[in-house]
Amino acid sequence: MIPELGQFAVILALMLAIVQAVVPLVGTMRGYANWSAVARPAAAGQFVFLVIAFAALAHAFLTDNFSVAYVAENSNSALPVAYKFAAIWGAHEGSLLLWVLILGGWTVAVAAFSRNLPDHMVTRVLSVMGVVSVGFLCFILFTSNPFTRLAQPPMEGRDLNPLLQDPGLVMHPPVLYMGYVGMSVAFAFALAALIGGRLDSTWARWSRPWTTVAWLFLTVGITAGSHWAYNELGWGGWWFWDPVENASLMPWLAATGLIHSLAVTEKRGSFRIWTVLLAILAFSLSLLGTFLVRSGVLTSVHAFATDPTRGLYVLGFLTIVVGGSLAIYAWRAPTIAGGNRFEFLSRETMLLGNNLFLLTICAFVLLGTLYPLVYDALGLGKISVGFPWFNVMFLLFAPPLAVVMGLGPLTRWQSDDPQALWRRVRSACLVSVLVFAAFALYHFSWAGLKVALGIGLAVWIAATTVVNLRGRVKPGTGLAGKWRILRRQSRSYYGMLVAHLGVAVFAVGIAAVSVWGIDRNVRLGPGDSADVGGYTFHFQSTKNIAGPNYEADQATVLVTRGGERVAVLYPQKRRYDASGQVMTESGVDGGLTRDLYVALGEPLGDGTWSVRLYTKPFVRWIWGGGLLMAVGGVLAISDRRYRIAAYRSRAHSAVQGRPA
Amino acid sequence: MMRLRYLLPLGIFLALAVLFVIGLQRDPRQIPSPLIGKPMPEFQLPTLSAPGENLSDSDLNGQVSVLNVFASWCVGCREEHHVVKALAATGVAPVYGLNYKDKRVDAMQWLGRLGNPYKTVAVDAQGQVGIDWGVYGVPETFIMDRHGVIRYKQIGPMSEKALHDKILPLLRKLKQEGES
Repeated sequence: MIPELGQFAVILALMLAIVQAVVPLVGTMRGYANWSAVARPAAAGQFVFLVIAFAALAHAFLTDNFSVAYVAENSNSALPVAYKFAAIWGAHEGSLLLWVLILGGWTVAVAAFSRNLPDHMVTRVLSVMGVVSVGFLCFILFTSNPFTRLAQPPMEGRDLNPLLQDPGLVMHPPVLYMGYVGMSVAFAFALAALIGGRLDSTWARWSRPWTTVAWLFLTVGITAGSHWAYNELGWGGWWFWDPVENASLMPWLAATGLIHSLAVTEKRGSFRIWTVLLAILAFSLSLLGTFLVRSGVLTSVHAFATDPTRGLYVLGFLTIVVGGSLAIYAWRAPTIAGGNRFEFLSRETMLLGNNLFLLTICAFVLLGTLYPLVYDALGLGKISVGFPWFNVMFLLFAPPLAVVMGLGPLTRWQSDDPQALWRRVRSACLVSVLVFAAFALYHFSWAGLKVALGIGLAVWIAATTVVNLRGRVKPGTGLAGKWRILRRQSRSYYGMLVAHLGVAVFAVGIAAVSVWGIDRNVRLGPGDSADVGGYTFHFQSTKNIAGPNYEADQATVLVTRGGERVAVLYPQKRRYDASGQVMTESGVDGGLTRDLYVALGEPLGDGTWSVRLYTKPFVRWIWGGGLLMAVGGVLAISDRRYRIAAYRSRAHSAVQGRPA
Repeated sequence: MMRLRYLLPLGIFLALAVLFVIGLQRDPRQIPSPLIGKPMPEFQLPTLSAPGENLSDSDLNGQVSVLNVFASWCVGCREEHHVVKALAATGVAPVYGLNYKDKRVDAMQWLGRLGNPYKTVAVDAQGQVGIDWGVYGVPETFIMDRHGVIRYKQIGPMSEKALHDKILPLLRKLKQEGES
C-alpha cells in the first residue's frame, strides 16, 4: 500500500510541476498577477509530495519490502540500517527520486529566500525550475519507476552493491546532487533574465550566492568521492579520469568559471553575455553528467543501469532543455548591451584568462570522455582514453591558470600600470622561481620538473596571497591599526584568499604524491616483512572475521620506522554474502605529511597473500585543498551583504505581510 | 553575421546530440567477448543433485549445448527463468546450468519452486570457473557448437524475443552445420 502511495505522490508532484512550469510563465507574459502568484504555492506543494514519495521509498527499504523490485535489487535484510537508507540512492531509480527531491528543495529555498527580488523575476525562475522538474518526474514515471512491484517477491534481496557500502558513499551522491541540481538555480536565473531581457548587474548579484552554494556542494562532493575511491578501490589512486568522475568535474570547472565571471558582471557590468552562456553551460554539463552516467552510452567502472530507452529519453530531455535555452540565448543575446570597457592589463583580463583556461580544461575533459564514443560512432571499434591524455592536458593548462590566479587579485579593475603591477608581484615571483629552481635542480629529471612546477606554483599562489594581505594593511599604523583593517575586510575577500590557498595546497598534494609516492607489490606470509620508502611493513597474522553481511580475511600489519612502532593497519578482503562480490578494504594510516596504505591482493595459498604497500607523501593535501576551497565558499556566502539582504527581506515581509 | 556568433553554442550542442544518438544505437552490452570462437575453458565441478558426481567440459563436447549461469540471489535470473524453461522445452539443445557463487540449499529450493529446466547443474560455489569463463554479471548464457567452441554469449537476462530471434535460429544453424 505504501509504495503505491509513494507512486501516487510522484504523479501529484508531476501535476504540480506542470502547473508551476506553465501557469506563472503565462502570467508574467500576459500580466495576470494571480497566475504569477501560483509559482510559490505550486513549488511548495510539489516539494511536499516529493518528500512523501521519498519517505515511502525509505519505508520500503527500512522494512525490507522485497515486493518492490527496486528494494529487492538493492537491499538485503542483513544490511546495516544506515546502508538500507543509503541504498535508496544506490542505483538508478532511487537516485533520480533523490535528484528531483533536491530540485524541489532548491526550488522551495529560492521561493523562500527571494522575497526582496522583483516578483516577475522570481516567478520566471520558479517556472524554469518547474520545467526541469517536469522532465525528471516524467523520466521517473515513464522509464524508471522505483515503486514497481514484483509479482513473485523473493525471500531475500540482492543486496546493495558492496562498492557503495562505505560511509563516504552514503554522503557522496546526495552532496554531489546538491551541487548538480543547485546549478539549475543559476541556470534558471540566467534564463529568467534572458526571457525578461533584463541582464544587468542586479541579476548577477541575485544569482551569485546561489551559484556559490551549488559550487560549494560540488566541491565537497567531488572531494569526498575522490577520498572514497582512494580508500575503497584499493589501487591507491585518488582520481581515475573515469567518465563518471569527469561528469562531475566538468560542471565544477564551468561553475568555477561562472562564479568568477559573475563577480565581474556584478562589480563591473562586463561579461554579461559570457556569464549567461556559462550559467547555461554549467547546468547543461550537470545534465550531461546525469545522461552519461545513467544511459550507458559510456561504459565505466561505476557501471550503473544500462538501458537504451532511458538514454534516449534523457537525450530528448537534454535536447529540449539545453537546445531550447541555447536557442533563447541566440535570440536574446544580440540585444544585450556590452559592459564597461577595460584595457588589456586589468583584472577583467585576468578573470577572462581564468575563464578561458578553465573552459579549455573542461573542453579537453569533455573531448577525452567522449572520444571513445566518437571512435565507436565512426565504426572504428571500442577504445578508452587513459591517463596520459588527461595528464598532458592538465600539465599544459593548469600552470597558466595558477599564474593568472596569483596575478588576478593583485591587478586593478579596468586598467593597471605594468610597472606598478611588477613592483607588487616581484617578491612573490622571486620566491616562487627560487623554490621552483631548487626543486628542479635537486631532482633534475622530467618527473622532478613536474614536482618543482607544482610546488613552485603553490608557493606563487601563497606568496601572492601574502602580498595581497600586506597591500591591504599598509595604511594601518602599528599592529593594532593593521589588525583593525584586517577585521574590516569582508568575508568574501577572505573567502577568495582561502579558496585560492586551497588550490595551492591541492597542487602540493598532487605534485608530491605523483613523484614521491612509492608502491610495491610483494608476497607476504605471517612473519614476513617488506621495506617501502623507509618504513618496514611487518605482516603479522591473518584471521577470519564476520561482519553483519560479509565475511572477511583481515590481516594485521605492523609498520615500523627505524625500529619504532608507527602504526598497526588492518586491511581486509571482504566477501559479501548476498552477492558473493569480493571487495578490498584498504588499511590506511593517515597523516599530514604521508599516508601508509596497505591493500590485500589475492591469497596465494599456505597463508601467504599478494600485498600492495604504498607510502603516499602529502596525499591528504589533495582533499585538504578541496576542503579549503569549500571553506572559502562558506566564507563568501556568509558575507555581511547577504545577511543584510536576508534581514531586510524579513523586515520587508513583516511589514507587508507574506505575499501569497 | 553578428547573429552567427550567438548561434555557435547551439550548433555545437546539436552536433553533440547527433553524436549521442549514434552512440545510443550501439549496444553497450555488446562487449566483444574474447572467448567467442575459442574452445570452452576446461572445468570439472560437482553437480547440484549429487555432490559425488562431476560435470566437466567433456560432457558438453560432441553436441550443440547451452550453458546458463544462474544464482538464486539474482533477480535477473528469476526474470529470465521462464525463457530458460521455454528454451529447454524446445529440445533443440541440452541446457546445462552453472550455479554461480550460491549456497547449495538455496539453489535446490529455488529450482524446486520455479522448476528445473536444466539437464545437469554444476556447482561453482567459489566462482572460480566463472572467472575462467569471463562471467561478470549473472545471468549469462553461452552457446557451444559440437566441437566445444563458444559461438555466442548473452550477457544479462534472455528475453523471449532474444530467444526466438537469435538463440533458437543460431542453435538450429549450428545443428545443421555439424550434420552437413
